[in-house]
Amino acid sequence: MSLLNNSTPATITEQLMLRLKVPTKLRNLEATLIVFAMAVTSAALALVDLGATGQLNPPIIGLSLGLGVIVLAMHVAQRFVARDADPLILPIVTLLNGLGIAMIHRLDLSAGLSGWQANASRQMVWTAIATVVAIVVIVVVRNHRVLQRYRYVWMLTGVVLLVLPLVPFIGVTINGARLWVNLGFVSFQPGEIAKIALALFFAGYLVTARDSLSVMGKKAFGVRWPRTKDLGPILVVWAVAMLVLIFQRDLGTSLLYFGLFLVLMYVATGRAIWFVVGGGLFGLGALIASQFLTYVHGRFAAWLDSFNQVNYEAVGGSYQLVQGLFGFASGGIIGTGLGAGHPGIVPLAESDYIMASLGEELGLVGVFAILALYLLFIARGIRIGVNGSDDFGRLLAIGLTFVIALQVFIVVGGVTRVIPVTGLTTPFLAAGGSSLVANWIIVALLLRLSDTVRHQREEVTGQ
Amino acid sequence: MIPELRKVSIGIAVLFGALFVSTTLIQVFQVDQLRVDPRNVRTLYQSYSTERGSILVGSNEIVESVPTDDVYKYQRTYHGGGLYAPITGYYTINQGVSGLEFALNDQLSGQANSQFFDQISALVSGKDPRGASIKLTVNAAIQQAARDALGELSGAVVAIEPDTGRILALVSTPSYDPNELATHDSQAVLDKFNGLIASNAGPLVNRAIAGDLYHPGSVFKLVVAAAALDSGRMTERSTVNNPASLKLPQSSSVIHNATGDSCGPGNSVTIATALRLSCNIPFAEIGAQLGESTIRDYAERFGFGATIEIPMVATPSIYPDGMDDAQLMMSSFGQFDVRVTPLQMAMVSSAIANGGLLMSPTVVDSILSPDLAATTTFQPVQYSSPISPSTAQALGRMMVQNVSAGAASNAALNGVSVAGKTGTAENGQGQPYTLWFTGFAPANNPVVAIAVVVENGGGLGQSGTGNSVAAPIARKVIQAVLSQ
Repeated sequence: MSLLNNSTPATITEQLMLRLKVPTKLRNLEATLIVFAMAVTSAALALVDLGATGQLNPPIIGLSLGLGVIVLAMHVAQRFVARDADPLILPIVTLLNGLGIAMIHRLDLSAGLSGWQANASRQMVWTAIATVVAIVVIVVVRNHRVLQRYRYVWMLTGVVLLVLPLVPFIGVTINGARLWVNLGFVSFQPGEIAKIALALFFAGYLVTARDSLSVMGKKAFGVRWPRTKDLGPILVVWAVAMLVLIFQRDLGTSLLYFGLFLVLMYVATGRAIWFVVGGGLFGLGALIASQFLTYVHGRFAAWLDSFNQVNYEAVGGSYQLVQGLFGFASGGIIGTGLGAGHPGIVPLAESDYIMASLGEELGLVGVFAILALYLLFIARGIRIGVNGSDDFGRLLAIGLTFVIALQVFIVVGGVTRVIPVTGLTTPFLAAGGSSLVANWIIVALLLRLSDTVRHQREEVTGQ
Repeated sequence: MIPELRKVSIGIAVLFGALFVSTTLIQVFQVDQLRVDPRNVRTLYQSYSTERGSILVGSNEIVESVPTDDVYKYQRTYHGGGLYAPITGYYTINQGVSGLEFALNDQLSGQANSQFFDQISALVSGKDPRGASIKLTVNAAIQQAARDALGELSGAVVAIEPDTGRILALVSTPSYDPNELATHDSQAVLDKFNGLIASNAGPLVNRAIAGDLYHPGSVFKLVVAAAALDSGRMTERSTVNNPASLKLPQSSSVIHNATGDSCGPGNSVTIATALRLSCNIPFAEIGAQLGESTIRDYAERFGFGATIEIPMVATPSIYPDGMDDAQLMMSSFGQFDVRVTPLQMAMVSSAIANGGLLMSPTVVDSILSPDLAATTTFQPVQYSSPISPSTAQALGRMMVQNVSAGAASNAALNGVSVAGKTGTAENGQGQPYTLWFTGFAPANNPVVAIAVVVENGGGLGQSGTGNSVAAPIARKVIQAVLSQ
């Protein structure tokens, strides 16, 4: 263990004291940025209260302090077990999570929810749980290569989690999509956790299978096509994605898993032809589904002709989408100001449509800032992948990063009419426990990977 | 792996590029289109969240926006109750907007182009934008006197300052309380609104400018007399035949004067006498001599057929087209299909009072910025010059005679010379009359021109006359004006 590798013999307590006294530059930078993120979050919470009620109410102090304490606990944990981890990821995620809580609190105010009825209170508890899980992950997983060994465990986990919402009695259909599980005391979206298990499995599997998949077969139409015997894996994943589309009725989730697999396959093999094969398969499946499955057809109609009164009034039609667009438009370039708009008009304004809520009150400027934060996060993730020491680590970093990127695209693209609306949630911003836990686990894994990258470089260069 | 990662990065950049483009399209380029969509309730909420400007009479706010805690942020409050409702109109959350609230909505809501810089400064200062306030030309005492004079009767009064066109009073009864329509409970608004619409009394009808148009009866003789004198075809002393009854050409109808006898003694009668005694047969003869096109020309100079905005839109008064001789003769004493608003008749008197110049009537004195500094002050505007000063003088003389020694005697005031003309219009077999008075005072230096209409014979069926019911109302209003 790295703690005991130090040349000077000392007790563990002395070692701990030493580490606390000599924090690295990276962690100090991280601490500074977290303080900044907390300042922005607290200001946002205060503006929400002032804008919506004209005064500062006690709950916001709890929300501000709560988030601060939780994130600092994560930060302190890193000082012990991941000293060289990327210093930007945690502050970015803190800010996104904080802005999300501010907007959820704002929507609580307009809906008249308070105490434990308030979504913001529950989001805060879920943030705490998610962070504790993240701390556990970063403390327990000291070496990411271990994860590669359990790739078939991840596969099994992923499949079980995917199937879970389809199990009678515990599976729940919300807004037409069967993505939820209700165990009585808690309900969650297993698909959110499944995306991590699948990223781990795909990365682990492709590291071993890449050589075979890289070999190309016959040439036709001017390009070399994969060998027939190598088509097995992509067909299996495609079949799973189609089953998700048909039984869970969610294009977004289906697209997320399949897109993840395609990108990792491309990165692992370097063969762009897999995009052609996979994209063709998925497009064909979606096309057939849109013709034969009424709910998919309805989603497409609501997307293509949103303002048509028939689609607007249809059950599961474009009402929510159109109201969200009205929200965006009402915000304009600079927004109405926090607490000064009417985001509560849109159904699910705190989860699926939180970007519309933020767009209304923070305007295009705020939307760009949030998208820029995601881009920065993604850039750090790709950088971890590029600097990765081993192929599994690289694939895992890219997989986890891409899953966040694609999910942001699917959700924000859905509410802004780039693609049909889906049942996915905006990472870190949207109200929802499973999503928070899953995305914080991704944060922990990326931090672990980045720590390993720098740590190994230090060992090699002897710094 | 590195080149592939670079390409994946480019792919992600393209995806996010699409998001930057889509949000920009929605939040910058489609904003106007999305805001005007009728399904967008935010636009409605925003219009409520600006502090709508007040409406003032003198220095008193008769309409103001009072802050509330609900989504509409302000409660529109009408201090005058039903008194000013025919002018201000109502402002509802779900049943539209009427009256001045509608006509000057852009100014009151701060959306007028002239308020662009106020909007910018509100944006920068973070204060909610405020609308402009409107100061009315209406005089509180005169408005109240007119309202009291009408009492329980159903009708209207319009009083205009002849040399400026400023409307001093504009009353319509029965009225309604706009506060009941301004409440933020949409079901209550709907119930109240439907109740008002269903009411036989017609409280939502603005009888002064936009009600069902009325038969003018004898007050239309002023227009015919003006045409006769001003066209040069006749003078005050010109005479026509004076029978006790007259069979209309190509018709079995026989017309009579109101007295049932000839118009005073003699075989012929002057225009002056015919107007003073308000006889029908002589005016039927005058109208037949002048012809439809001459009368229409003068009617239109007074505003018939035109949409008058004060700035509420008044219904155009009607002088019929393509009449045969019988119809032309009937219309010449204000029957057949001649239809007018009280505003139109007040404008006729106003032009006569102002030496033949008709000023555009208006209720707006000035538009005030949120800090009550005047940004636009009303300037008198000439609408037309329908008749020459000498015609106006001659008509004025006849109208004075009409009050002092004729059919409009109940408008007379001690020590003040009042010019006037009554009307008792028939609405069909057995229907109650529409009772009229229009005129101005003091005759030598007019400060007010007035029109009074009373529906349903003032509750007296066919026994009430313009002189017995409408003229006393006008007298009270004139008194109120002169005591200012």
